[in-house]
Amino acid sequence: MQTSDLATQFNLTVVAGKKGLDRTVAGGHCGDLLSEVIANAPIGSVWLTIQAHQNIVAVAILKEMAAIILTGGNVPDAETLAKADEEGLPIMLSDQRMYDLAGQLYAVGVV
Amino acid sequence: MKLYRADMHIHTCLSPCGDWGMSPRAIVDKSRQKGLDIIAICDHNTAENTGAAIRAGQKCGLTVLPGMEICTKEEVHVLAIFETPDRAVMMQSFVYAHLPGKNSPDVWGEQIVADENDEVITENSRFLIGATTLSIYELVNKINDLDGLCIAAHIDRSAFGIVSNLGFIPEDLQFTALEVSWRMPLSEAAVSIPGISNFPCITSSDAHYIEDVGKVWTGFMLEAPTFDEIRMALAGRLGRRIVQKETIGKEVR
Repeated sequence: MQTSDLATQFNLTVVAGKKGLDRTVAGGHCGDLLSEVIANAPIGSVWLTIQAHQNIVAVAILKEMAAIILTGGNVPDAETLAKADEEGLPIMLSDQRMYDLAGQLYAVGVV
Repeated sequence: MKLYRADMHIHTCLSPCGDWGMSPRAIVDKSRQKGLDIIAICDHNTAENTGAAIRAGQKCGLTVLPGMEICTKEEVHVLAIFETPDRAVMMQSFVYAHLPGKNSPDVWGEQIVADENDEVITENSRFLIGATTLSIYELVNKINDLDGLCIAAHIDRSAFGIVSNLGFIPEDLQFTALEVSWRMPLSEAAVSIPGISNFPCITSSDAHYIEDVGKVWTGFMLEAPTFDEIRMALAGRLGRRIVQKETIGKEVR
């Protein structure tokens, strides 16, 4: 699955990093403590979080993430959007709760 | 110039997790007993017990600085310590305006506002243990605007610390200093936590129980035990400085 497929299939709003919409999604991770994400997220994942701070972009680059999805109606800080655009890292928004969205992603084979 | 012992992070019975025994007066008495010269009262998202502690401190020659431990929307704890009660109250108004919710005393604990004679004045009904809606940038800027000391709290902890929650310390945040908790000696923190060598580091007790007051402390070489002198010591200006060696993991007497 590509990042662009995620956006269409799950009705996500892409708010930054459109250049990266052709990335391959290699797995998934949920988490809001960035130290934990650095330690445990698989390389190439799509990452579900509610953290809006710009450090999420740095962590995503470190873990070569395919994309970040902010769940639960959360929105990124302005600096976060600017950085993600600079890096071509897709940030997408969902109104769904993290648990619900993660379940749907898992069901279509994002594992 | 002489060495002053400072415990810059002490909770009172106003923090829901603070013990009933943590009255402003009891904290001041214990601080003197432990040989501290300077303390800062830093309850969660409030400064309502700082006035009582300051007055109790004045009676026995203990410098008490008004402060708060504020929780950002990223759930990072930051200490904001001020020279005067006026400034602390301005900070508190800003925090209250961004702090949603009500406390459930059965779940989180009671939040007691007390005077300097151990009399209960009232109970605070705000959700003091909660997170504000302030981003860490908004908070740090506000503390600096009010000329406060802006200190990232317990950066070695696995929760509510800037490293645990944000992965690393963003370079563009204007912290006055970083606090390492009693759990980790400063010497160990300097090696094991990346990025902290750019900042002055203090250590404090984060006491919630009376016996923990002064459990660890930071030594400052100062002309006098005042806010301005501490600020100079944190910046390493005019001979004022943090005295590392004496502070590392050491109990006061």
